[in-house]
Amino acid sequence: MKIRKSPGEIIFDTFNYIFLGLLCFTMLYPMLYVIFASFSNPIKLMAYRGPLWRPLEFSTEAYKLLLSYPMIWIGYKNTLIYVVVGTAINILLTTIGGYVLSRKNLKLKNPIMFFIAFTMYFSGGMIPTYLLVQSLGMIDTIWAMMIPGAISTTNLIIMRTGFHAVPDSLEESARIDGAGDWTILFRIMIPLAMPMIAVMILFYAVGHWNAFFSAIIYLRSRELYPLQLVLREILIMSSTENMTTGISDASDRFAVTELIKYAAIVVSTVPILCIYPFLQKYFVKGVMIGAIKE
Amino acid sequence: MEKAAVKSYQPNRWQELKKDLMRNKSLYIMLIPVVAYYFIFHYIPMYGLQIAFKDFTPAKGIWGSPWVGLEKFKEFFVYDSFYVWRIIRNTILINVYDLIFGFPAPIIFALLLNEIKNSIYKRTLQTVSYMPHFISTVVIVGMIMDFFSRDGLINQILKSLGILSEPISFMTEPGWFRPLYVGSGIWQNLGWGSIVYLAAISNIDPQLYEAALIDGAGRFRQALYVTIPGILPTIVIMFLLRVGHMMNVGFEKVFLMYNPLTYETADVISTYVYRKGLLEMDYSYGAAVGLFNSVINFLLVIFSNKIAKKLTETSLW
Repeated sequence: MKIRKSPGEIIFDTFNYIFLGLLCFTMLYPMLYVIFASFSNPIKLMAYRGPLWRPLEFSTEAYKLLLSYPMIWIGYKNTLIYVVVGTAINILLTTIGGYVLSRKNLKLKNPIMFFIAFTMYFSGGMIPTYLLVQSLGMIDTIWAMMIPGAISTTNLIIMRTGFHAVPDSLEESARIDGAGDWTILFRIMIPLAMPMIAVMILFYAVGHWNAFFSAIIYLRSRELYPLQLVLREILIMSSTENMTTGISDASDRFAVTELIKYAAIVVSTVPILCIYPFLQKYFVKGVMIGAIKE
Repeated sequence: MEKAAVKSYQPNRWQELKKDLMRNKSLYIMLIPVVAYYFIFHYIPMYGLQIAFKDFTPAKGIWGSPWVGLEKFKEFFVYDSFYVWRIIRNTILINVYDLIFGFPAPIIFALLLNEIKNSIYKRTLQTVSYMPHFISTVVIVGMIMDFFSRDGLINQILKSLGILSEPISFMTEPGWFRPLYVGSGIWQNLGWGSIVYLAAISNIDPQLYEAALIDGAGRFRQALYVTIPGILPTIVIMFLLRVGHMMNVGFEKVFLMYNPLTYETADVISTYVYRKGLLEMDYSYGAAVGLFNSVINFLLVIFSNKIAKKLTETSLW
């Protein structure tokens, strides 16, 4: 039996479909605008007013200039290092921690859990942390980008919840077969928890990809700059002189500078936006597990 | 009788612990790097907070620097009181606006999305709405600065619609900082934040809706009497988490977005700590301001949790 909709419901549904459609359009459009603008002719774009619906006179000038700027490549390379090595450290420690703290028979489990969870509520803050990293000799090394944030407590708790869900009988039968804790972790737990570990890899990797603040505080040499710091110089401090030295006319240079910004946004964001729809369901799963409290 | 039981219990407990340590030796060994990480990178900085009560100079180190008691706090609250009240006010106002506008937005979005019955349309909306979450803060701020500049897209549109005759300098007018900050935050996190609520909605027992329908409730009443009460515990938890982060939120974005022209409304406690402590290298002063921030934050968590326990059955611990 189909229940007929009342007029009020029809009005609401129509309004709702249109409203949410418009809302999502406002989320999508700024990104489309940036993409269209980045492929436009700089002089034409300068003179143009209003929203763009396609590139104005297709041109890849901005990308040529941007990609000829060595710092972009240095930033990309460093970010890749931080993402790969940093995420590996994160995952190793988070997995081990989550596994051990999910074991039911540990006497010290609760005190250690408190020891860890307390750091979510109180912290030494920026200055003492900086002084610690300094006294460890990590300033201006790649380790400052990866070690101080080696474990995210939220992720550790998510991981622990995930390991809890593995049935006890699996562990018991492995023990009867003579498996120790390391074997159980690597042969049984990790393969079973793989979807969850994938989620953690994504969370940590996106975090490293987008991180810039630790770089501002801890890094001095430009050769170590991650992509986000290079982007900050281009987008926020508008320092693109190095890329536009070949252009003599001042207003042309300004126009190109604007365009380089759009190209920089595209180059740094599109990769992650392109793979994201494929990973969406894992991310969503991660958020949902994270929201469940015991 | 009972006393005797307690007495004989004590030595047993130590023995049990020893036995547990032996039996689970490999588990405890595994945990060493994790515990060491927390000890070094979380507890040593807490110990380092004592420099807030010292006149710290790097040459003398934390141990060697002389104690000055509450001198640094006095410097902050008495001599710099102009800045103190400004940064406290700004920190609180940005968070309060974010709680008023930013917190309910994903809930409303989830409720509206739940009413969309066409699953393809629904999934498309979801995919698009999560997208901005993955854009880095640097790029978000770069986009804000571009779209909201004097000759940026927003001014162009407002002008062509006849709403404005003169362009607004959004980025340099202190009055626009908070709307831009909170608004862009909603733009970025609306979809992502709704995931938790959508999950909570999908966990509601369908029988409740059937019962409501039999009682003659329309869709609006079903939402009001079934859906919203159904996700209330989730809302409370999310609210608590949000309040618990109140004093820390937004440092990165504020740091990228503000400039000396907008300090008046934009400068928050953490950015002040950064400028004073790290840029001007007044470590003790920075640590004192930071400690003040952490203590307030800690109290907020405890306080909000107490309230939540009273109001509902749910709490963080």
